Amino acid sequence: MITAQGLKKTFRSRRGSVEAVRGVDLSVEAGGIVGFLGPNGAGKTTTLRMLTTLLEPTEGTATVAGFDLRANPVGVRRSIGYVSQAGGSAPEALVGEELEYHARFYGLSRGDARRRSQDLLPQLDLAGLDTRQVKTLSGGQRRRLDIAMGLVHSPGLVFLDEPTTGLDPQSRANMWEHIRRLRNNNGTTVFLTTHYLEEADALCDRIFVIDAGLIVASGTADELKQQVSGDLVQVEVASGTEGDIDKARGIAAGRPGAEQLTVDGAVVSFRVSRGDEAVVGLLRDLDAAGIALSSLQVQRPTLDDVFLALTGHALRDGSE
Amino acid sequence: MNAFRDAGLVFSRAMKISLRNPAWVVIGLLQPILYLALFGPLLQRVASTPGFPPGDAWQVFVPGLLVQLGLFGAAFVGFGLIAEYRSGVIERMRVTPMSRFALLLGRVLRDVVVLVVQALVLVITAVAFGLRAPLDGILIGLLLVGVLGITMASVSYATALVLKSEDAFAPLLNTFMLPVMLLSGIMLPMSLAPGWLYNLSRVNPFSYVVDGARAAFRGDFAAGAFLAGSVVAAVLAVVGVTLGTRVFRRETS
Repeated sequence: MITAQGLKKTFRSRRGSVEAVRGVDLSVEAGGIVGFLGPNGAGKTTTLRMLTTLLEPTEGTATVAGFDLRANPVGVRRSIGYVSQAGGSAPEALVGEELEYHARFYGLSRGDARRRSQDLLPQLDLAGLDTRQVKTLSGGQRRRLDIAMGLVHSPGLVFLDEPTTGLDPQSRANMWEHIRRLRNNNGTTVFLTTHYLEEADALCDRIFVIDAGLIVASGTADELKQQVSGDLVQVEVASGTEGDIDKARGIAAGRPGAEQLTVDGAVVSFRVSRGDEAVVGLLRDLDAAGIALSSLQVQRPTLDDVFLALTGHALRDGSE
Repeated sequence: MNAFRDAGLVFSRAMKISLRNPAWVVIGLLQPILYLALFGPLLQRVASTPGFPPGDAWQVFVPGLLVQLGLFGAAFVGFGLIAEYRSGVIERMRVTPMSRFALLLGRVLRDVVVLVVQALVLVITAVAFGLRAPLDGILIGLLLVGVLGITMASVSYATALVLKSEDAFAPLLNTFMLPVMLLSGIMLPMSLAPGWLYNLSRVNPFSYVVDGARAAFRGDFAAGAFLAGSVVAAVLAVVGVTLGTRVFRRETS
């Protein structure tokens, strides 16, 4: 659906030039939800704007929905939907009117545009809002109207730029459902950007991690987690005495493949590739040594861990 | 895709939104009507001054007001575009396969229609005040306002699209509009001016349009002033639309 080689974008201003995107290679198959994960300023939106013909790449080539980005931007525009972060509906316009005009901008006849928007409005929980002015909608409704506009010409590929930024948790969960439905019912390929790790984790079939204008990793959420760091195993020694903690530390260190062993108070933790298997032997050995535990935890790595390991800095989640 | 069909869609969408908030159309009209009521009567006295152009005071003043309406009414439309840009509407239209020329033309047409309606109301009000002019002259005057509107709206949109900020657009507009107005003879005919000022006004293309509109209101279509004004208005419109389209193509390609 999308292939890109060496996409670069350099912005020049009076104060010098900024390399927003330093060379992005992408290959996205049809179907599924693809996430573009990275912190603010990583180049997500710039890449998206290049792929949607809004910004001319400084270097590189890309084929989007079967059309060459440079040679046939109109072909690309015809075949994709795009929902920007800012949205795109005029506050004074009526909901139904805005949607129908947008359909007609893609060449639909008046009747087809009307039918299509009457189909779409209920699908996005906007039924009955046709004659409302856009400015009277709630944040979530407005976002769904933006999405409806991106889908109005039934494109096979839809780009969503930060679709849930600024939404409350309930609206976000609701938006995720709508995005999943798009994939499941219509077979639409969804390419979205996000700086929320849990969003990428919960929603995306495939994730590209971007940082400082470069793609640093890609794969499914599980693949990414596996490739970077093992599960986190944490045991809390019940007695809390120095001798017991020391013994427990020694036993933990003896687990095959144990890494990053740390002790924090009575809590001994380490990382190991298969935490679920490691605890079996760990418990047996601790028991044999007569050390009682007050708690035991095995945590799968989070994308947060992945991001930290890949880039050396944390992705400040939800700071906006 | 057909650029004119696209422009028609952009026009009708923009028109619907404008009609939903007609306050701006009324506010735009208020200024020329105030001039008509509060400045027009002064001119009656000045009309006997040597150097005052032929025709009675209203025949001289109303065409000037029409040109002023065309200049100012359309020069400010860029603010609307900046608002549209900010709300993401421009970008949303840019990802559609619509012709870039249509994105500009549709909006300009909306502005011209609003302008001509305003001009019509102005002329009718002026008749109530005492304007007497041949009908064909008035119609041609309205046409000139429309052509002027095309020029100003195109240039205004292009400038707004480049600047993308009200804070930059407003001072630029003021800096440009004030000398253009003062040197066009809209308020008082430039024939009253000292030689150097008259010569300076001749550099301002809009002064020819004002003179042309005045000739039309006298019914003097054979006058050189009428021909010059019409040609200048047409050339300005072609230049304005070309420039606007170029900027729209570049900024929204």
